[in-house]
Amino acid sequence: MAGSTLEIKNLHVSIEGKEILKGVNLTVKGGEFHAIMGPNGTGKSTLASAIMGHPKYEITEGSILLNGEDVLEMEVDERARAGLFLAMQYPSEISGVTTSDFLRSAINARREEGNEIPLMQFIKDLDKDLDFLEIDQSMATRYLNEGFSGGEKKRNEILQLMQIKPDIAILDEIDSGLDIDALKVVSKGINKMRGEDFGCLIITHYQRLLNYITPDFVHVMMQGRVVKSGGPELAHRLEAEGYDWIKEELGIEDETVGQNA
Amino acid sequence: MAKKAPEIEEYKYGFRDKDVSIFRTERGLTRRVVEEISKMKEEPEWMLDYRLKALEHFYERPMPQWGGDLSGLDFDEIVYYVKPSEKQGRTWDEVPAEIKQTFDKLGIPEAEQKYLAGVSAQYESEVVYHSLKEDLEEMGIIFKDTDTALKENEDLFKEYFGTVIPYSDNKFSALNSAVWSGGSFIYVPKGVKTNTPLQAYFRINSENMGQFERTLIIVDEGASVHYVEGCTAPVYTTNSLHSAVVEIIVKKDAYCRYTTIQNWANNVYNLVTKRAVCDANATMEWIDGNIGSKLTMKYPAILLKGEGARGNTISIAIAGKGQVQDAGAKMHHLAPNTSSTIVSKSFSKQGGKVSYRGIVHFGRKADGARANIECDTLILDNESTSDTIPYNEILNDNISLEHEAKVSKVSEEQLFYLMSRGLTEEEATEMIVMGFIEPFTKELPMEYAVEMNRLIKFEMEGSIG
Repeated sequence: MAGSTLEIKNLHVSIEGKEILKGVNLTVKGGEFHAIMGPNGTGKSTLASAIMGHPKYEITEGSILLNGEDVLEMEVDERARAGLFLAMQYPSEISGVTTSDFLRSAINARREEGNEIPLMQFIKDLDKDLDFLEIDQSMATRYLNEGFSGGEKKRNEILQLMQIKPDIAILDEIDSGLDIDALKVVSKGINKMRGEDFGCLIITHYQRLLNYITPDFVHVMMQGRVVKSGGPELAHRLEAEGYDWIKEELGIEDETVGQNA
Repeated sequence: MAKKAPEIEEYKYGFRDKDVSIFRTERGLTRRVVEEISKMKEEPEWMLDYRLKALEHFYERPMPQWGGDLSGLDFDEIVYYVKPSEKQGRTWDEVPAEIKQTFDKLGIPEAEQKYLAGVSAQYESEVVYHSLKEDLEEMGIIFKDTDTALKENEDLFKEYFGTVIPYSDNKFSALNSAVWSGGSFIYVPKGVKTNTPLQAYFRINSENMGQFERTLIIVDEGASVHYVEGCTAPVYTTNSLHSAVVEIIVKKDAYCRYTTIQNWANNVYNLVTKRAVCDANATMEWIDGNIGSKLTMKYPAILLKGEGARGNTISIAIAGKGQVQDAGAKMHHLAPNTSSTIVSKSFSKQGGKVSYRGIVHFGRKADGARANIECDTLILDNESTSDTIPYNEILNDNISLEHEAKVSKVSEEQLFYLMSRGLTEEEATEMIVMGFIEPFTKELPMEYAVEMNRLIKFEMEGSIG
């Protein structure tokens, strides 16, 4: 089958009464990698959390559709089971729950009751992905994110991505805090997901991740909107020249949404 | 996604069998009742005297005014002794069918009987089924119900009974001493070590019937034993009372672990006195899980009276709607280089109240003693509460004491994280709670850990989302 389609139309999002997203339009299809770039405070992470349904964010206008279904009507877990995935910038620590127990629950949450993943298959798949991401086997029995370094948390998010195999993934600053080796490994994992049935929205404010993952589309966010879109060449120009030329072009003085300068 | 507390379903084990008892005492606590109990059991004179002295003390002793509200407890409304069937079932075949049904409903797996060394299941006040694997007998281990031990091992019994917890210890130890019935008696001879846990199953089944079991465990020098008991009780409309006394003597270089999971119906007053004494280099461990009941007051104690003795208590307490868990631990460091750890995990929901109440005492002789206390509480909603009430008594400068207390809520971020992976809110909450009590469950024998997880699931089931 052809991949899924995530459509974001005129999305307005507020947090505690303050509007942060002011009309975002974006469509991500299976097989496509999109990068969203932009300076800090322009609403990138808000977009990621709002798509997944974080309770702090209030949608005041617009729509999000996944294969034509209204995502905004779904609970967070329903969105996940419908095929969405969010790799978080700051994943929570869950004490007492091992990474492998958690992963198995997450995989089984998408499967019909009575059709749970066989234990041996799960272990085999997990071992393969751990090796691929150069993660020590011991992570499987460590408590989820507890005492993990920043890099370990990010690798674990990608491990979850590979294990859960969503249709559309949103990666929120998956590159932040990574050294170059970790960045390569994480990129390798994301690239492995590439395929007709997988679409990806990569949020970053550094171009360097895009040295390892080539996006099909690049979007720049400022003031809570997508202000410019293009191909991979846009990322290269941003790398070389920064964001000022876009601001000049569009007559923007302060690119942030205004809640912090 | 407003966070809603999961609701407790109706108590799962709240079925009730037809009463098959052949003898029960009148309601209320009188001298005649105590005499009748002793006579029914054909006890020696000294035990009757002991019971009567304890009864006098019980009358004189005022109700405790701390911990929880005991005003709903009416001693005159309680039946103090119920004998369920004429004699103790020697084999499973002899056990009455109705009693078997109760066990079936409780889901005591048949495999458990094969898997475990000895099953000693207490139904009401008497042990109805009691099997002891031959290899335990060969090792010289005595494992029987306390009434039988009094008959068959009177000298040993008399030497230790009431030495750790005298009847005068508190009002409820006096009550238990006056009307006790059933419980487990264990003696492990010098140097004998068992790897398979010994276990008993307790259950209250008569309306308004108190359960006053009395357990006495003696672990002789260099010996080692693990005793496990689990409890469930059915629902009744009027209040029930469970008031046990557990005495444990751990001699030099010996090891004892006592694991309890108690899952009482939410109208039971659970007032238990548990205490162990450790000689030099001995180790005592209380693994104590408290679920349900109307009010639990329980503070397993360890007296570390020999040099180098060690004490560990790991407990969980869960309080739901209308429930109060006032639980904790006591460690008395009475000798040099003794050490102790207390890990207390509790969670409250739907207006439940959990309190950690504990004492760590360092006596004058406790040079080089060390204690570590860790209390974690998880509160699942805004109506529920928790308290931490630690007392430290330090009479020696050369000790070390660490205390860590943490109260947390299930956070929106944690729920969002788990739900973003496809778990429902209920599954996510359950996972966080299971993880929270994992330090306790990992200490349980496997089949108990499974049962524990099942109980927690029952507790967490309900109307989320």
